[in-house]
Amino acid sequence: MNDWLTTILIFLPVAGALVVAVLPLPRYWAGSLAALVSLIEVGFWITAATKFDFGSADLQFAQQASWLSDLNVSYHVGQYAFSLWLVGATTVVMAACIVYGWWIGRERARAYFSLMLLLTGAIVGVFTAQDLLLFYAFFEAMLIPLYILIGVWGGAGRLRATLTFVIYTVVGSLLMLASIVVYGLQQGTFDLTKMGPSTSTWLFLGFVVAFAIKAPLFPLHGWLPSTYRESPAEVSAVLSGIVGKAGLYGLLRIAIPKFPTVAHDWRIVLLVLASVSLVYGSLLAWRAPDFRGVVLYSSLAQAGLIVLGLFAFNDLGLDGAVLQMVNHALISATLFLLAGMVERRTSTGELALLGGMARGRPALATIVMTTGIIALAVPLSTSFAGEFLILAGVFQQHWAWGAIGATGIVLAAMYMLRAISAVLHEDVGPAVPESALDLRAGELAVVVPLVVCLLALSAYPNLISGHAFGTNKVSSLIGVVK
Amino acid sequence: MIAAIAKPHVDWFALSPSLALISVTGVLLFVAVLAPRAVRKPLSAFLAFGGFIASFVFAIVLDARSADGTTAVHDAIFRDKWSALAQVLLAGSGAVAVLISYRERMRDEHIAEYYALLTAAGAGMAFFVQASSLLTLFLGLEWFSIALYVLTAIDIDLIGSLEAGLKYLIIGAFGSATLLFGSALVYGITGELSFDRIAAAGHSHDVMTVVGLAMIIAGLAFKASAAPFHMWTPDAYQGAPTPVTAFMSSATKIAALVVTYRVLVTAFPDDQNLWTGAIAAIAIVSLAWGNIAALLQRNVKRILAYSSISHAGFMLIGVAAANALGARAVMFYLIPYAAMSLGAFAVVAARERELGVPVTLHNLAGLGWERPFLGIAMWTFMLGMLGFPVTGGFFGKFYVFAAAYDAGWWWLIVAGVIATMISAYYYLGIVRAMYFREAAELQLAPVGGAPNPELLLSAGVLICVVVTVGSFFAVQPLIDVAKDAASALPL
Repeated sequence: MNDWLTTILIFLPVAGALVVAVLPLPRYWAGSLAALVSLIEVGFWITAATKFDFGSADLQFAQQASWLSDLNVSYHVGQYAFSLWLVGATTVVMAACIVYGWWIGRERARAYFSLMLLLTGAIVGVFTAQDLLLFYAFFEAMLIPLYILIGVWGGAGRLRATLTFVIYTVVGSLLMLASIVVYGLQQGTFDLTKMGPSTSTWLFLGFVVAFAIKAPLFPLHGWLPSTYRESPAEVSAVLSGIVGKAGLYGLLRIAIPKFPTVAHDWRIVLLVLASVSLVYGSLLAWRAPDFRGVVLYSSLAQAGLIVLGLFAFNDLGLDGAVLQMVNHALISATLFLLAGMVERRTSTGELALLGGMARGRPALATIVMTTGIIALAVPLSTSFAGEFLILAGVFQQHWAWGAIGATGIVLAAMYMLRAISAVLHEDVGPAVPESALDLRAGELAVVVPLVVCLLALSAYPNLISGHAFGTNKVSSLIGVVK
Repeated sequence: MIAAIAKPHVDWFALSPSLALISVTGVLLFVAVLAPRAVRKPLSAFLAFGGFIASFVFAIVLDARSADGTTAVHDAIFRDKWSALAQVLLAGSGAVAVLISYRERMRDEHIAEYYALLTAAGAGMAFFVQASSLLTLFLGLEWFSIALYVLTAIDIDLIGSLEAGLKYLIIGAFGSATLLFGSALVYGITGELSFDRIAAAGHSHDVMTVVGLAMIIAGLAFKASAAPFHMWTPDAYQGAPTPVTAFMSSATKIAALVVTYRVLVTAFPDDQNLWTGAIAAIAIVSLAWGNIAALLQRNVKRILAYSSISHAGFMLIGVAAANALGARAVMFYLIPYAAMSLGAFAVVAARERELGVPVTLHNLAGLGWERPFLGIAMWTFMLGMLGFPVTGGFFGKFYVFAAAYDAGWWWLIVAGVIATMISAYYYLGIVRAMYFREAAELQLAPVGGAPNPELLLSAGVLICVVVTVGSFFAVQPLIDVAKDAASALPL
């Protein structure tokens, strides 16, 4: 059973997707079936988490099957502790988003829910694949449902948005494919657990560009604004919450450990880009005219922060990066869903037209406030823990990185508070109708679990930061780097 | 005394894939005159399908029972796994093409001739891929080409069909002439026709050999529709009846590439440094031209035509690699490619029959929602052509790149990657056209009411989807088969 857990986590949603697509169910039932599958998926993850041995740095729940033995490619999946946490974030966020899509009653329900489930399977696959080619297959497979989800259910500018999104993503992933081909043939195997380190700068860059586009990292974030604004709210939540993490995970799992010396040589470049993403993203978020704008640019900033942690090359930075990946997955997903809920009431996300929504809507006010406060890393919150670890880690590289990171945290407070007050406080905006309802039970059922996860992590962030790499930490991941 | 003429021993079994089809052609010509009109269409389609299936089965058996490097019929043809596997693919493509053809709106009185020509073309290709001398090479080439010229022009009611046939004929004749002239030069200097003996004659790097080699490459590149010898492709593909286009795009590509690889490595091994460079150059031009020109097209058949040019480029990367991995790559690539290409044109054919007008990106709108199966199938084919995972197209590209890396041609990988990036625009553009816009929004009305979903065509498309997706999951068995086939080549 344990061996099969990872495979189940990947293929349960895929099977669900096929069933939803094929069965001629009406909208309501297609949605409930999909929601059920996504909740069962969460259940399987909880099972996996309880059975996981956090004391060990080894691959767990691993399964390997022959696939293309001609080039030593195999179906090899399994989870390290940090993969487990990311898979957990995936299942929770996907379940929330699928339930939300069900609650608001998306058109063409069977196609919609089946694509959402496919996406779940693909993302879990990315986080658990232990074969480079399999990783690539899942990485690319994410794009297939996303493309349709944005293009069909997106906003008015969806055609242009999907085009930009696809161009960026395909360029990145094909560079990665070229790197994979060469790296795999050089090594004589595509098994990530067996591939030795490489010293090729070109291969490293091929991977890094692909991951930096997905993450996203300045200056490769050009697809971000239009995609996040035009997607359906819950798809934006998945994109920024989870899909972006696939890029960061790629840095953590492939770019750094497989190219230790090159990564070390290029760390200054990556740290500079991360710093720029952090500060520039924060400034853009601060000046963004709409609610989604704030959240989407804050994603850029947070990706920058996490990369700072990754390229700190020490335990503190890596622990913080993994914790912050999960934090941001939950925070950003919640905020995008909230943005979607606000937009449904006011038909706009323009901050200038919003305001005063707290009055008479206590649930909305509480949830937005709580999430926003956690997002700006107030002390005692889980993001504070994550960001603190990252800053402490990167400080050891040079104090300047720490200083830049701290600036980013100050800026986070500025943009988050501005967004909160523009939505909740100030005068009642012209776009806010008197009759706009408070959060309904269905909406609360979607966001409250996410906020509860965040609060639980705030109480005990060590759950992740102390259990992300097993006992031997950095040496288990990037042994060679000093 | 006539008995004094020595007859060569004829290995009939080696010829069986081709003979099965040509005998069906003969029967079909009788059907055309003897069978009553009411049964002519179903009967001839059934016979043609049966012929392709028979050829398919014979080819599989031949594949199992052929040793590498054997020739038959006085060394005129090869009997080995390389050609047998190609024949399997050719016959399979032909069978699916029959399924796609059945409901095509065509004049009933010539329907038997249509299928006769289809089987004749298939027979010619099956013969062509076995060619082991310049003479049989040319014979096979003309055999299937002439059938295809007529097939392209067969629908005289279709605007552009005749014109396309004429264009194809003239440019095709030019290509054949080039091949013939090249063969003559090679024969002139070596005094040999058979590929092995040309190699053994040892006139490599001789001016006449090199010029002859160049002309042979050009002649074959015409058939493979590799740029800059592709001029006929968009027009012929667009003008021909869509099922014919489907057959041409998959079968001709299979035949041309398989033969190109064989001729180059068996007849000109000593000039390898010359022809690998030439093939690499053709590959890059095809990738560039095919992909860039496809960006500008609105007609879906033209887009797919340019895409087939770019796929020729991809496969030629495998040829340019000139190693065992490259031969394996080309043979494997052809499997999903043939399926995707047939399937994509089949979907176009279905839409065309529904609307009664040429299919453009504009009137593809809403197809994905109106016909969910065809939509998902087309989506699969487009992703496959793009080289996305979950389709065999991914491993096709992957192997081609691996072969190029193995041969040290890393810049061919770069070219292939850039070409794929460009191609994303138009492949996904077709998906966009199918799903992102409502048909109602664009006010398209089906001509004469929407026809019923076609069972045979859907079956054909289903086969193509299964092959496209199956070649991703079952890549190892297919690679094994391709590996066995490639071991027949002296690499």
